[in-house]
Amino acid sequence: MHIRPILSAMRRNKVGAFLISLQMAVTLAILGNAGFIIEQRLNLMSRPSGIDEANIFIMTNQWVGQPQDSKALLESDLAALRGLPGVVDAYASNSVPMDGNGWSNGVSLTPNQKHSNAHTALYFGDEHTLNALGLKLIAGRNFSADEVGELRDNDPVSPSVIIVTRALAEKLFPNQSALGKAVYGEDKPATIIGIVDRMQTPWVSGSSWASPFVENSMLWPYHYLSSGYPMVVRVQPGQLDAVMKAAQDKLYEVSRARVLNSVKSFSEVRAKAYRDDRGLAIILGVVCTALLAVTAFGIVGLTSFWVTQRRRQIGVRRALGATRRAILAYFQTENVMIATVGAVAGVALALGLNLWMVTSFEMERIGAAYVLIPAVAVVLLGQFAVLWPALRAASIPPALATRAA
Amino acid sequence: MFRYYVWLALRSLRRNPALTGLMILAIGLGIGASMTMLTIFRAMSGDPIPLKSSQLFVPQIDNIGPDHAKKDGEPPDMLSYTDARALMQAHAAPRQAAMYPTGFALTPTDPQLRPFKVEARATYADFFSMFDVPFKYGGPWGANEDQARSDVIVIDSKLDDKLFGGANSVGKTINLDNHDYRIVGVLDQWTPQPRVYDVVNDKFGEIESVFLPFSRAIDQQMPLWGNNECAFDKAPDPGWEGHLASECVWIQFWAQLPDAGAEQRYKAFLDNYAAEQHRNGRFHWAPVTRLRNARQWLQYQHVVSDESRILVVVSFSFLFVCLVNAVGLMLAKFMSRAAETGIRRALGANRRAVFAQCLVETGVIGFAGGLLGLALTAAGLLGARAVLSKDATHLTHLDFTDVAIAVALAVIAAILAGLYPTWRAIQVQPAWQLKAN
Repeated sequence: MHIRPILSAMRRNKVGAFLISLQMAVTLAILGNAGFIIEQRLNLMSRPSGIDEANIFIMTNQWVGQPQDSKALLESDLAALRGLPGVVDAYASNSVPMDGNGWSNGVSLTPNQKHSNAHTALYFGDEHTLNALGLKLIAGRNFSADEVGELRDNDPVSPSVIIVTRALAEKLFPNQSALGKAVYGEDKPATIIGIVDRMQTPWVSGSSWASPFVENSMLWPYHYLSSGYPMVVRVQPGQLDAVMKAAQDKLYEVSRARVLNSVKSFSEVRAKAYRDDRGLAIILGVVCTALLAVTAFGIVGLTSFWVTQRRRQIGVRRALGATRRAILAYFQTENVMIATVGAVAGVALALGLNLWMVTSFEMERIGAAYVLIPAVAVVLLGQFAVLWPALRAASIPPALATRAA
Repeated sequence: MFRYYVWLALRSLRRNPALTGLMILAIGLGIGASMTMLTIFRAMSGDPIPLKSSQLFVPQIDNIGPDHAKKDGEPPDMLSYTDARALMQAHAAPRQAAMYPTGFALTPTDPQLRPFKVEARATYADFFSMFDVPFKYGGPWGANEDQARSDVIVIDSKLDDKLFGGANSVGKTINLDNHDYRIVGVLDQWTPQPRVYDVVNDKFGEIESVFLPFSRAIDQQMPLWGNNECAFDKAPDPGWEGHLASECVWIQFWAQLPDAGAEQRYKAFLDNYAAEQHRNGRFHWAPVTRLRNARQWLQYQHVVSDESRILVVVSFSFLFVCLVNAVGLMLAKFMSRAAETGIRRALGANRRAVFAQCLVETGVIGFAGGLLGLALTAAGLLGARAVLSKDATHLTHLDFTDVAIAVALAVIAAILAGLYPTWRAIQVQPAWQLKAN
């Protein structure tokens, strides 16, 4: 294919070619960055929480007033829940993974450190917690019933034994076993007696302040005797809806002087936690699709116009012996040239846009694949869009040249 | 003349419906996407108290020292009880209110009904006048009730609807956590977005349904239903007294300062206060205080999420692509009419007339694109509401300003996009075109 005649034809259509290039460049820049963001958010959403989400529901119990016998009330509630048919196990806590509310603590390797060694989420639990969440204990042991203490609002907390996640153990004690080691919340040591494979913090969204330590959690052996606390119930597979209803009825039967709030399955907890991440991915996906369509139609429109404009010239070329294939190739090559210019400019623009987002949104640097794949996609899109007008051009009969315009 | 040009434009647009449709679609899509995101962005970055935002201030005091300071070195976003009480007692501003979120179980009088949760805000009488809170019945409690730790409350209209069918419930009592509280006021519809008075705990969403005196809440040890931030190496003493005496921060504080002079005096007062705390040994560091007005505070608290900023950037880039597209298509359209333009010029139409006709034609396209864009914006907002969290989007709606912005944006964008093609069109030399034919 001779490029020179294409170039000289393009010189007479500078603006049109420039407009298509510009469109392709901006399209590429958006596609690359949006694709990058979409993939990041999808990755966030696909992280496992470490718990048996399919068979767990949670509810918040709030007493009317602060009852004096809250310890007995909690114990009878838990006994009632654990005794329900279809229930695997249940426990009460201060907060639940992915649910958005919780306590965050720093832990240190020495007492009264000014700066902690790791940020963590702090969960209260008892000997039933591992089973009720379906956590996988990979080293050490569970709490025993006699290790579980009581805790009221504003009480000081200092457990003697704790269970931590693998991520936290590795952060605190890299390349050695954390089991049996002591860590400090404030001044008193707590011994790590167990390590669970994974248990996410309550703050999992990508935009959360706590996202850097999403895998750092620890369990402290306490029953939290506040006026309100979440309860977690794990059920046998397929029993979720039935038990969710039965559990509420049962608890109201035990005592009516309470409010059961936010009764929700764990899939609802997950959906809520990632709502904005998912929403952003969906909206960006829709915009990208519309963008591709608009750009493609723009190419179809402009190229069709060029074909119409050059009908006579095409007819003359055909009459002088150019094949249909040659006419088709002419428009395709022209488009590749325009698209290549657009792609090169687009890659630069995409990197610039990313750089700007890195500085203003704490975004990460974009990988090469995120600009190269859209670059190829944009060139292919051009080829696809130009096909119909180019075929129309190729079908112009040579006889046209002989007719007066 | 204008009507004739519009008629001409419509005729010309009808001649090539595919190209016309493509242009309108491109502009409509661009406007729809950008207006959807702009509407959400405007809702998030809105100023719910435009008349007051320059007079309401959040004081911040560094009570934790440089060792525990945030990364940016700014003092904590909230106050400790010690500091909040000191600021309230000093009364250095004409109006001021400390506050914190709490909550209750409300037991209805009808024994058949189950108790339910109500969220509450413990604050001072000045809160209502500072934030221009509208009342449907009654009014706020007074300074006396603040002093006396009275069991009086203000409820919002939703709770009044639920319990009293929307009737005037002033003087009636409701039972919160086994204690009767007397209603002194019922709020009218009040939906500040963002929830300016406490964006630390909840940036968007509903206001609390019960308001009660701060002094009463502290007295009754009403639990904090919000963030409590404690410096790492200082464990609070046990119990409620320990909580109050601790350096944990959990109280929002607002001061109303009518003018720049008052602002300066208040800042000086804050600095003095912090210096005094330094002298008496409570702070071991040089005083750090901040005084931000409501507008600066919302900005400082990053009320507008990164997500919505990204979406605004992306959607306006999309609009740009759509416009470039429209420029190309208009160019094609006008240039394909070069012959006709040539004849018209030869018949006596001057450049001004041709220019005006082309401009009207692009304006018509822009207007149609704007209307399509509006429809798409309405659909886009529905979609955004379906996929984004309710907090940020549940109050977004198209108001008159949005409609005006959309149509104006579309027409201006189309005319801008049409400028170059129009300019090219009027360059047509009548003689050349006639000769070529």
